[in-house]
Amino acid sequence: MTVLALAAKELELYFTSFLFYALASVFLVLSGYYFCTNLSFFVVMGGMQLQRGLWQYQFLDMQQRLLVLLPLLTMRLFAEERKLGTLELLWTYPVRDVEIIAGKFIACLAVVTLMLATAVYPLMLVRLYPVAAGPLVAGYLGLWMLAAAFVACGLFVSALTENQLLAGAATYGVLLFFWVVTWNEAAMNEVTRHLLLPFSLFDRFYTFALGAVDTGNVSYLVLFTAAFLCFTFFALDARRWRGVR
Amino acid sequence: MGQAMIEVRDLTKTFGAVEAVRGISFRVDMGEIVGFLGPNGAGKTTTLRILAGIFPPTSGEVRIAGRDPARDPLACRRAVGYFPEYAPFYPDLRVEGYLRFVARMKRIPRAERARAVARVLASCGLDGVARRRVGTLSKGYRQRVGLAQALCGDPPILILDEPTIGLDPGQVVEIRDLVRALGGSRTVFFSSHILSEVEALCERVIVVAGGRLVGEGTPRELAARVGRRQRVVLRVDGPPEAVAAALAALPGVERVAREADAFVLEAAADGDATRAAGEAMAARGWTIRELRAETPDLEQIFLRLVGDGEQPRA
Repeated sequence: MTVLALAAKELELYFTSFLFYALASVFLVLSGYYFCTNLSFFVVMGGMQLQRGLWQYQFLDMQQRLLVLLPLLTMRLFAEERKLGTLELLWTYPVRDVEIIAGKFIACLAVVTLMLATAVYPLMLVRLYPVAAGPLVAGYLGLWMLAAAFVACGLFVSALTENQLLAGAATYGVLLFFWVVTWNEAAMNEVTRHLLLPFSLFDRFYTFALGAVDTGNVSYLVLFTAAFLCFTFFALDARRWRGVR
Repeated sequence: MGQAMIEVRDLTKTFGAVEAVRGISFRVDMGEIVGFLGPNGAGKTTTLRILAGIFPPTSGEVRIAGRDPARDPLACRRAVGYFPEYAPFYPDLRVEGYLRFVARMKRIPRAERARAVARVLASCGLDGVARRRVGTLSKGYRQRVGLAQALCGDPPILILDEPTIGLDPGQVVEIRDLVRALGGSRTVFFSSHILSEVEALCERVIVVAGGRLVGEGTPRELAARVGRRQRVVLRVDGPPEAVAAALAALPGVERVAREADAFVLEAAADGDATRAAGEAMAARGWTIRELRAETPDLEQIFLRLVGDGEQPRA
């Protein structure tokens, strides 16, 4: 009940702010542009595995756009409330911290889901060419779960500071770390590679983009999201010893 | 003694190495309006935050309407309407929408929500601006919105942190009247560092400095304890030496000082030095430009209450 009220308030603030429209436009315009170029690439080259290759390119492109745009969407979630002082007020209402976190997470994820409604491109394609639904569902599921992980991470960082810019920048830092963590595999010894590989957020997404839903990857993304939501709880609970600011 | 609505025993709160509150005990009974005074950094806001359920104390006992916030946090928060310093707000929400959100946060049942919002809008004089965004309102109105959210759900205890800070004098009077009107059967506990405000509103005052309780009683008792003097400021058209001499000769006057073009006299607490000074000037035919009694500021009173042992932290 209170979770929904909080989510509704967050949504109202998103939809009355220019930032959301700007970010959603950038995301949709870029996604459309990549869809167009990716499609013409496959049409010109011809004969290649249109179904698999096209979606793989498209989903990997959308993943990168999400990485760039989502921290800008999550940075205000707690930082703004801390700055305004309204977080202090929320803490005096008969609401648990868990409910506050859930409300904000749900609202932000709803906004991202709305942004991901790019399903219109495959729908356009299906009129011209048979498109299998399976890989598409896998790709969108992966993208959505990845977005949820980004949002949880951004929510946590935002709960640490009252400076929105700092929250955004630090979220980039954390997400980029999880992205590039295994890039330099060649330079790692076997043990380090084995330790770090499971933490590579983006390797996890790759199989989704290929059209495969792997339970290991699903659980990883769920755990990643849950872990950062827990960290958020501890970040809010830290007011016990560090005060309200 | 009535029923205790707020009870605090040996309350302490430390943040790292900083001891914000160092063992405060007091109680506030049902229906009382009690002022909580102290200089900045005295531990007022920290104490109020503990009472509002924002964080638990490091040690000590708290009872809100007889309940322990550590065991029953949500019930305690429901009993308290809290108004933080500077009345934070969401600038982009409309007044009515914001209060509806607060009503949902306070778990007011759906059927009663609209009525609860309408009631606080009316009692805080916000009917005319219900559709405006909070960010576009004047500071005085925003303060009312802050009071309205505290009142929403009709909590038996109101905790207000510096409700009149940063307002112009007219708005201060408005908010003060509002707080007095809202009092009624409620228990109101509010912090301030303006003595006249506390005197106008409260039956009882609790004074803290440096995280400790340094005085408790009616404003009159406290003033008597520190041996309050009358201070009168006077600007008059007359020969300065003669004026000073005339003032010094008045009964009870202990000191006459010049400050720019004004005379400042200090007199014993009994008698009416303001009236005596005015009559003395009029009797000599000197025109009075300004004549006012100055209440000693709180700073002086609690500096004396604190005594030499401990200076309040800035």
